[in-house]
Amino acid sequence: MAMADTIRPTAAAVLETRGPARPRNMGQIIRWLILFAGGVLMVMPIAYMISTSLKWPHEVYDVNLIPKEPTLENYTYVLEDGRFYLWFLNSIIIATITTASNLLFDSLVGYTLCKFRFPGRMIVFIAILSTLMIPTEMLVIPWYLMSQSFGWLDSYWGIMFPGLMTAFGTFLMKQFFESVPDDFIEAARIDGLNELQIWWTVAMPLVKPALAALAIFVFLGNWTAFLWPLIVTNSVEMYTIPVGLSGFGDEADVAWELIMTGAAISTIPTLVIFLIFQRFIIRGVVMAGLKG
Amino acid sequence: MADLTLKALSKSYGETKVLHGIDLDVADGEFIVFVGPSGCGKSTTLRMIAGLEEVSGGEISIDGRVVNHLEPKDRDIAMVFQNYAIYPHMSVKKNIAFGLRSSNMSKPDKEARIAEVAGILDMTDLLERKPSQLSGGQRQRVAIGRAMVRDPAVFLFDEPLSNLDAQLRTQMRLEIKKLHQRVGNTIIFVTHDQVEAMTMADRIVIMKDGHIQQIGTPDEVYHRPDTTFVGQFIGAPSMNMLAAELTDGVLKIEGGTEIKLAHEATGKVLLGVRPDDLRAGAEPVLIEGQVMLREPLGPDTLIYLETPAGEVIARASGRHPPQLGDVVSLGADEDCLHLFDATSGVRLP
Ligand SMILES: Nc1ncnc2c1ncn2[C@@H]1O[C@H](COP(=O)(O)OP(=O)(O)OP(=O)(O)O)[C@@H](O)[C@H]1O
Ligand SMILES: [Mg+2]
Repeated sequence: MAMADTIRPTAAAVLETRGPARPRNMGQIIRWLILFAGGVLMVMPIAYMISTSLKWPHEVYDVNLIPKEPTLENYTYVLEDGRFYLWFLNSIIIATITTASNLLFDSLVGYTLCKFRFPGRMIVFIAILSTLMIPTEMLVIPWYLMSQSFGWLDSYWGIMFPGLMTAFGTFLMKQFFESVPDDFIEAARIDGLNELQIWWTVAMPLVKPALAALAIFVFLGNWTAFLWPLIVTNSVEMYTIPVGLSGFGDEADVAWELIMTGAAISTIPTLVIFLIFQRFIIRGVVMAGLKG
Repeated sequence: MADLTLKALSKSYGETKVLHGIDLDVADGEFIVFVGPSGCGKSTTLRMIAGLEEVSGGEISIDGRVVNHLEPKDRDIAMVFQNYAIYPHMSVKKNIAFGLRSSNMSKPDKEARIAEVAGILDMTDLLERKPSQLSGGQRQRVAIGRAMVRDPAVFLFDEPLSNLDAQLRTQMRLEIKKLHQRVGNTIIFVTHDQVEAMTMADRIVIMKDGHIQQIGTPDEVYHRPDTTFVGQFIGAPSMNMLAAELTDGVLKIEGGTEIKLAHEATGKVLLGVRPDDLRAGAEPVLIEGQVMLREPLGPDTLIYLETPAGEVIARASGRHPPQLGDVVSLGADEDCLHLFDATSGVRLP
């Protein structure tokens, strides 16, 4: 093997011997500049969040990115304040259950709408889609009244119920199930699987990338949700992280350095979720390359 | 293994009727090919046999048992799809094992059966691979393996070779035929390729617009087509059709000669002659024409002639074909003349 390598240069080696890369043209430089600007734009808020979390309160309103006297005092404060762990736990529980519920129910409904022909199918689909057009701000009042009459105020269920299924997720899954050929489903029917088994063993594995994307969306959406959890919770013990953090400081002064510290800590689970699920997205793209 | 009977089988989608009463008796172990132009209802018939489409009228029985209202899995059939329908997320072995999911075999029996099928299909080395790591022909074999593993009464194939390149098609055609000889299950095979139909079938069912045109062995449908459609559909190039009139045992070909024929019918007819049978210099002479185009095929040359009756195709020697522009008299053996009714297109007895 090694001998063969020394005798016959590989294609890469041949390319390398052509000398240094040619100077880049103007178009490429412009493309890089745009990408660079985009990158800076994305990273800036995060950089500021971390920078602020390392500042003393009196420095918070200075725009400098590097704190003059960096300190970990804020982290000590937030982590020693027992409430933060409670909010963190609440957020984890709510985001996880909601994500699981969405993966299950959105894909069930999406699959049904995509692969079954039944009277009223279109009406159901349009009804689901139309809920996408109503802003959350308009829904919170009916949700609140509903929670009040059912006694769901200030509970996990109260925070979670509006998001257990989403129109967006249903739509996304329906579209992705279109890419599962009917032949697969019919072949499975002939092989003796019932419809639920077909959905689970044949269709679901083929839409893993969509499930991963949906998981990321839903988890992040619930992790950062603010308005509804703020309205439906009363007791500090039921707060989620965003609601809890917003309460740092007192009436006269918002403690931005503490809020930013909490926010910085709370990005960690989102990174973990992303790292877990993006693997499926990449693998899904590879799998989608297999035709027929 | 079992026989299969279709009785007045029909299918409508709402108002539109796509199958108009199909009658067919398939014997145990027979290799039946459905052939016909696109949209004639081949797949629909097959899918009704499989239980994937509802039956609008008539009866399907497998092994003497009416299966109209049985679920696909209870019909003792297996189907191979045009796009293979093998699952990309499962290994070859899992794909094949999938066919055994609903069987109540013990695990070691299942393993043995999978190994046996893999052996027959020559895929023992491929069992651990994912479909993405297989060639088109190998994927098709996996699909066949999944169907075989259950040893169904009837195998259904819906154009399984149409996604393969020409060479692989010929090879798989042979493999499927060999497989049939080896396992002996009844096979219903759908194709729109008449060569596939001729080479594989015990009997061919030729369909058009939801009607069966003819059922017969490859020999029968080639040498004694029941209708002008069958005559022109089977065999390439297509059968020449010449307008003619039959009176008192004399056939007068429009734009051609008159020949004596021992035939009682009278009236307007269509005379069908295959290009293979129509030769320069053969007796009796039917028509004369000028060579407009030649297609050398090696052993033979196809010649396209302009005649008073329109374009006619004939076969000439490959070594000494007539030159372009030559005027040639074409004749054919009397056995090779097919007479059809001019209006209905049905063969005259
Ligand atoms: N779901 C459906 N609704 C309405 N008409 C249909 C439906 N499925 C099939 N048809 C019609 O039924 C007829 C027969 O279709 P079928 O798929 O059986 O044809 P085929 O012989 O298999 O053709 P091909 O060689 O193109 O596969 C066609 O005219 C088709 O348009
Ligand atoms: Mg078809």
